[in-house]
Amino acid sequence: MTRVHDMGGRFGDGTVVPEPEDVVFHADWHPRALAITLACGSLGLWNIDVSRHARECLSPKDYTRFSYYEKWMAALADLLVDTGAVSREELAEGAAREPSDLAGKRLAADAVAEVLAKGGPATRPSNVAALFAAGDTVRIRSLPENLQTPGGHTRLPAYAAGAEGTIVRQHGTHVLPDSNAHRMGEAPEPLYAVGVKARDIWAHPEHPEDEVILDLWQSYLSAK
Amino acid sequence: MYVGFHDRVMPHDHSDHDHPHSLLPSDPALRVKALETILTQKGLIDPAALDEIIDTYENKIGPKNGAHVVARAWSDPDFKAALLVDADPVLAELGYYGRQGEHMVVVENTETVHNMVVCTLCSCYPWPLLGIPPGWYKSDAYRSRAVREPRKVLAEFGVTLPEGQAVRVWDSTAEVRYLVLPQRPEGTEGIDEAALMALVTRDSMIGCGLVVSP
Repeated sequence: MTRVHDMGGRFGDGTVVPEPEDVVFHADWHPRALAITLACGSLGLWNIDVSRHARECLSPKDYTRFSYYEKWMAALADLLVDTGAVSREELAEGAAREPSDLAGKRLAADAVAEVLAKGGPATRPSNVAALFAAGDTVRIRSLPENLQTPGGHTRLPAYAAGAEGTIVRQHGTHVLPDSNAHRMGEAPEPLYAVGVKARDIWAHPEHPEDEVILDLWQSYLSAK
Repeated sequence: MYVGFHDRVMPHDHSDHDHPHSLLPSDPALRVKALETILTQKGLIDPAALDEIIDTYENKIGPKNGAHVVARAWSDPDFKAALLVDADPVLAELGYYGRQGEHMVVVENTETVHNMVVCTLCSCYPWPLLGIPPGWYKSDAYRSRAVREPRKVLAEFGVTLPEGQAVRVWDSTAEVRYLVLPQRPEGTEGIDEAALMALVTRDSMIGCGLVVSP
């Protein structure tokens, strides 16, 4: 069983509403929410997998009723408290009680361009040998769950669990989110683009030749 | 004092009222304001840095970057060949590298294949090439339906594909980001790179639009 964010294939969400291409933000507080989240990320208190998992750990009720940047703000508040950067009292009072020990790590305005340009690559050297090559047939794990941590983070969507797939592309060796989200190490291993036929995952595929391609780690796969 | 949860491996599930975020004001604008105030007072964020981040994604980084890459690929076969094999060095040379675009793959639309990109688990998107994702890309409707009924979703964008074209939907489940190289429209032979660039839409580079002749 996965969490509320794992919605690929779900029914009932209605139509997609296209929007003009020159709209970047829909409310004044949206860019502020984005910027606060990025600025806090650079304090180094968590990695991208920890922050994704914090959003996924919102209760299904909150996840569903919150708009996109509300999810970001809620998860950020939760992470700040979890890491001790901000106290519950400070959140409740809307004011700081004392300056932070981490102020020296604050992202400076003149460092923004460099930090955004530098990014955070996820490729790492790994001693896990690649077991598959392009064209190989594989079986995707049937349990779309984190195997180490109950209710933990994984990037295996439920809709693809148990399906047969074909290796489309090798991406090298990448940090494993299932481990990194729980601060259990980066555990890099081979990552692949895996193609799955729509007819193998949906009862009513739109077209016999359509397919979905997912990026999946080697430990999500077994030889067919 | 930073205590951290480095040793904590369990997910931080709380009951509804126990989530720290529930301590903040419920109005989202006030919630953001409160967080900014607390974090600024604690010395953890600098409002000037926030302005800089916002300026970057409002004015400097956006779909023009992706359109530049597409127009160049249409105009220069060697560039296109290199881009499709290994996009990262090609894009880095153009200065299109950075946060949320560290590992790029470019997928080409042809007579027989139409590519489309989604992130069903969150909202992964190639920021250095397309900027901040549009609202619909982050919507539950797009995330849930793009993988199961891409053709119905495309119809909502006014796009109908011929029967002979298969759809490949790329679900961005890792840190690899995908850019669609749309088909070059007919009647654009002899048009220069700058004019081609003006034809390329953001939605066409996500795979939810087609590029049409001028």
